[in-house]
Amino acid sequence: MQTATVFSFHGGIHPPENKAQSLRLPLGRPSLPNELILPLGQHIGQSSRPLINVGDKVLKGQTIAINNGFLSSFLHAPTSGTIKAIEERPIAHPSGLSDVCIVITPDGEEQWDTLTPLQHWNTLSKTDVLAYLAEMGIVGMGGAGFPTQVKLQGAHKHPLTHFIINAAECEPYITADDMLIREKTIELVLGIEALQHLVEAEQVIIGIEDNKPTAIAELNKVLSDRLSTIQVAVVPTKYPSGGEKQLIQLITGKEVPSGQYPADIGILCQNVGTCVAVHDAIFLGKPLISRFTTLTGDVLKAPQNVEVLLGTPISHLLDYAENDSKKLKRLVMGGPMMGFTLDSANVPIVKTSNCVLAASKKELPQPAPEQACIRCGMCEQACPASLLPQQLLWFSKSQELEKAEHYNLFDCIECGACSYVCPSSIPLVQYYRHTKSSIREAREAAVKSDLAKQRFEARKARQDAEAAEKEAKRVARQKASANKTTDGKKVAPKVTPATAAAATATPAGDDSKKLKIDLAIAKTKLKKLQKQLLAAQESEHTEEIGTLQLQANEQEKAVALLEEQLAKVEEQLTKAVASAPAASPKAPASDELKKAKVDVALSGTKLKKTQKQLAESPDDAELQAKVAGFEKELADAQARLSKLAADAPASSTAPKAAAPKAAVSDELKKAKVDVALLGVKLKKTQKQLADAPDDSELQAKVAGFEKELGEAQARLATLTSQAPVAQPAATASAGDELKKLKIDTAIAKAAVKKVEKALKKAEDLNSPELDTIRQQLQDAQKRADDLEKALANPTTVASSAAPAASAPASDETARNAEHIKKQKIAAALAKAQINKLNKRLADSPQDADSIQLEITAAKQKQQDAEAQLTQLQAQLTPSQDNTQENR
Amino acid sequence: MALLRVTSPHTQRAGRRTSWVMLMVILATVPGIAMQTWLFGWGTIINIVIAAIAALASEALILSIRRRAVAFFLKDYSALLTAVLLGIALPPTVAWWVTVTAVAFAIIFAKQLYGGLGNNPFNPAMVGYAIVLVSFPVPMTQWVGAHELLSSGAIPTFSQSLQAIFQHLPNIDSYTMATPLDAFKHKNELPSAEAFNTIDALQTASLNSWLWINGAYLLGGVMLLWLRVITWHTPAALLAALAAIAGAFYLIDPSHAATPLFHLTTGAAMFGAFFIATDPVSSCTSNRGKLVYGAGIGILIYIIRTWGGYPDGVAFGVLLMNFAAPLIDYYTQPRTYGHQKAKKGLKIGEDN
Ligand code: SF4
Ligand code: SF4
Repeated sequence: MQTATVFSFHGGIHPPENKAQSLRLPLGRPSLPNELILPLGQHIGQSSRPLINVGDKVLKGQTIAINNGFLSSFLHAPTSGTIKAIEERPIAHPSGLSDVCIVITPDGEEQWDTLTPLQHWNTLSKTDVLAYLAEMGIVGMGGAGFPTQVKLQGAHKHPLTHFIINAAECEPYITADDMLIREKTIELVLGIEALQHLVEAEQVIIGIEDNKPTAIAELNKVLSDRLSTIQVAVVPTKYPSGGEKQLIQLITGKEVPSGQYPADIGILCQNVGTCVAVHDAIFLGKPLISRFTTLTGDVLKAPQNVEVLLGTPISHLLDYAENDSKKLKRLVMGGPMMGFTLDSANVPIVKTSNCVLAASKKELPQPAPEQACIRCGMCEQACPASLLPQQLLWFSKSQELEKAEHYNLFDCIECGACSYVCPSSIPLVQYYRHTKSSIREAREAAVKSDLAKQRFEARKARQDAEAAEKEAKRVARQKASANKTTDGKKVAPKVTPATAAAATATPAGDDSKKLKIDLAIAKTKLKKLQKQLLAAQESEHTEEIGTLQLQANEQEKAVALLEEQLAKVEEQLTKAVASAPAASPKAPASDELKKAKVDVALSGTKLKKTQKQLAESPDDAELQAKVAGFEKELADAQARLSKLAADAPASSTAPKAAAPKAAVSDELKKAKVDVALLGVKLKKTQKQLADAPDDSELQAKVAGFEKELGEAQARLATLTSQAPVAQPAATASAGDELKKLKIDTAIAKAAVKKVEKALKKAEDLNSPELDTIRQQLQDAQKRADDLEKALANPTTVASSAAPAASAPASDETARNAEHIKKQKIAAALAKAQINKLNKRLADSPQDADSIQLEITAAKQKQQDAEAQLTQLQAQLTPSQDNTQENR
Repeated sequence: MALLRVTSPHTQRAGRRTSWVMLMVILATVPGIAMQTWLFGWGTIINIVIAAIAALASEALILSIRRRAVAFFLKDYSALLTAVLLGIALPPTVAWWVTVTAVAFAIIFAKQLYGGLGNNPFNPAMVGYAIVLVSFPVPMTQWVGAHELLSSGAIPTFSQSLQAIFQHLPNIDSYTMATPLDAFKHKNELPSAEAFNTIDALQTASLNSWLWINGAYLLGGVMLLWLRVITWHTPAALLAALAAIAGAFYLIDPSHAATPLFHLTTGAAMFGAFFIATDPVSSCTSNRGKLVYGAGIGILIYIIRTWGGYPDGVAFGVLLMNFAAPLIDYYTQPRTYGHQKAKKGLKIGEDN
């Protein structure tokens, strides 16, 4: 234990402390209330997602809601009982609004869920410990409730010089932290040590105000007993020394640069409550389900500190502290300087509630009427941020937003010191809040109009492109009609449907195509949003995160919807083509199947998330290991799923004849899924590769994936060719071809789009490459058209070649497939190169010429590869028989 | 249970309202007023009473015309403070209508027409003072002398003061004489040493009475500092600048210039430094701004005293710096927490 040097900060005030009242009684433990109300949004960021349903029984400590995105938290049942409702309830929030809450009726048994402390936390990887803390629902308990794992992750960006534990508790009346330190000194120190293990700061300092001698003595005793290197910095009592920025200034003498975070200058702050919660989570396995709260105010006959379960209604606590409700005039959540008033006592205690101040008219009288600002400068002398509150007031009143911003309004921490000293009783902070929100609104409006402009431009570009496309099509049609007379065959069979099924399948196929495209678009949008979100999270723009997350969620929903539709349409398609028996026997086993599917989906998302993290920090061996683990999980789940799916028909009472067919088709399906999955993975890795072209690991991965993909495709091919003499299998392969073509088309279209984008960018930059890019655009469009035509054709080709035998061709097919594979890989590589080049082009327009040349070369390569590919596929297609896509 | 909904903070420093601030400033003038009364008779107090009545009346009149809550605004004591400051600044024997004119002008034109308390760009008391100084220069320069030097041998009695103010005191001249500043200004080419020996108003008795008065206002000013009603920046900068410039010129030309001590202890030096220049509304607002503002007034005081047309320069010095205050404020913003350096000037957008 050592004492640290203490600096000072500008301004500050000395309001009456009023801390003695709540320290007279020992720590109280109120009885269980009739119900516990747990708002889903107790932290900064996205609200949690409930995991339970109304009527479920829960155990104490059981997870009842999980995080919803990166900046979110978990929620646990504070006691055992039943879920009474999940509904809107009034919550303790400055806005006075209500929010969705999980309401629990306690059963009074306090039956704990099994607690599993995090053993070997000091040997486990830090990421795992952080994830564990997130699952324990730990958030900053001093102020805003910032999810602790996010804050700790942010602290990893720079090497930490100081890890500061905020025990200043400068607000009048509040003694919760004081009591916590006295009661749980050892837990606090252990919690700090655990956190220090995670963040590895050079110095660990507890900042505490000198009005807590008992707590300081206890701390010093424990620290010297443990021969700890943790220092205690006793700071003079002055409001707001507990403000994060002020405490940092007090202890380190450094200032957090405006608009940045403590982490940016290598400092991390944690509240004592958070440290104790971390201790409870790691050493006892207890999630965050209770906290220390001060009940005080002259309306209470027994003001005291209580250890209270989250969700306890404040009215219950007021009764516990013998409230004289007739005198109650103002109910403040938090302290008198920065707390907010509550409309009623029916709101619950949440993770961040450190004090309930129940005051009579005498204790907190009505604010005096506002007088004119006499520019006495008392506010300026009190402002800890060294602002000029009187000038800010002037600009706020006259709504001179720019000037207010110029006078650093956004550096105001809303501590209220200026309002406190203002002799004219001007509610300065209220003015600032209003002005800040006006400025934010104005900014948002500006962003919106920018967006509108962009959207307009994009629309125009799209319309132009469409017009060009139409024109191209028209030309193509003209050509086609010119050829019609000589090549009438091609058109004719299209009209004559091969079977009744085919007839229904065609429109449905069209539908599915459209849907697929929609889906692709939606997915790209989603991806973009997620990227933005990630960027925002990285720079901790909490405001943006919220909106972005919302948008991303919506987009996700849209994607899900589209996928569903697609699935439906495809199902129809399958039904129409394949015979009924395969579908029906699935029903009995479907429950299990569903579960397995959910598993797959879950581990898939996990995998994705980790992969994304990996993309951010490619050298993180831990993450890589995780990814591998997840991948295995995913594979397991998939295997289980496919087995189940395969089992399903076998275990059913379905006609025996149908079973083998179904089994084969299942296997086929599985193989297809494998191929598709691998393709996706490959693509993703390629993209990563494009981002970080020198990452040999990634390259190796890509190669591996490619090999796997090749194998899977080979397997698929053999399966297809193996597939019984019966026609369905052949149908499948033909369908595959079709699909491939479709994908090619989609890719070509994407290329068109990309080139269009490049064109636009070039136009913006006024670059001389305009013509070449235009040329490329036309090429690409032509290619897309060709492909589309080809796409229309195979059906006819296939149907016209219907009678051809399937078996003899299979050998050749396999060989051809090999070729195709190779070509595809080549094409993909070329594309990746193009991507990379494009990016470089965007980054450095001055090298445009050379890069453009490279791009053209790469494109040439790609085109070659694709041309070969189409050729091969064309060879392949006629050698197989029969009609339609069957998926 | 109707609970109050108000935003934070929920407490207020008890008792320290604007009226308290004004009252403290008024109370801090008491030692000075007492000293002036002791040395120059009841004139000052009578002036203050006249000024107070005139101030409250004109304030109430304008407030009712502007449809404001009269009682609420009268209770902020700001009009009373203006009256007290004017009553102190005007000569003890000046006719009542001069006082009323000054006060009415201060309240109506310099304060209320700009929007009332907090919106006046100029110090109202000094505007009123300047108006009557320019309009009625003769009565404004007649000041009661130290009684040892007066031909009547005594300061005016209470009834004589009343008479001088409301009617006409025939032998008023036997009570008045020039102030030391006035005298020093009109010594013309006389060397300083000789002037201090020959001119009545520059005799030790006269100088001492002004020394006492300035000492009393210094005491009041220290009280205000101690109560944290004002900060040290403006008065310290003003007095330091005045002493510095006076010292510089005294070193250059000791035979014609007065000592810094003379400048600091005659006229309204202390009164101006602690009670006039510190008027919060019309002065600079940041600490650094106050330093510039105070120093500017100090220099202007010396310039006007030495080369201007009026014996004392506090009123015009303050008014001139009132003009400059907003500009100074723009260039003397404090460095905000977390910023590399302070923002300067009016240019919006540039950041650091
Ligand atoms: S404390 Fe109040 S009256 Fe004084 S300058 Fe600040 S805002 Fe104006
Ligand atoms: S609320 Fe803002 S302006 Fe007022 S004292 Fe605190 S930081 Fe300064």
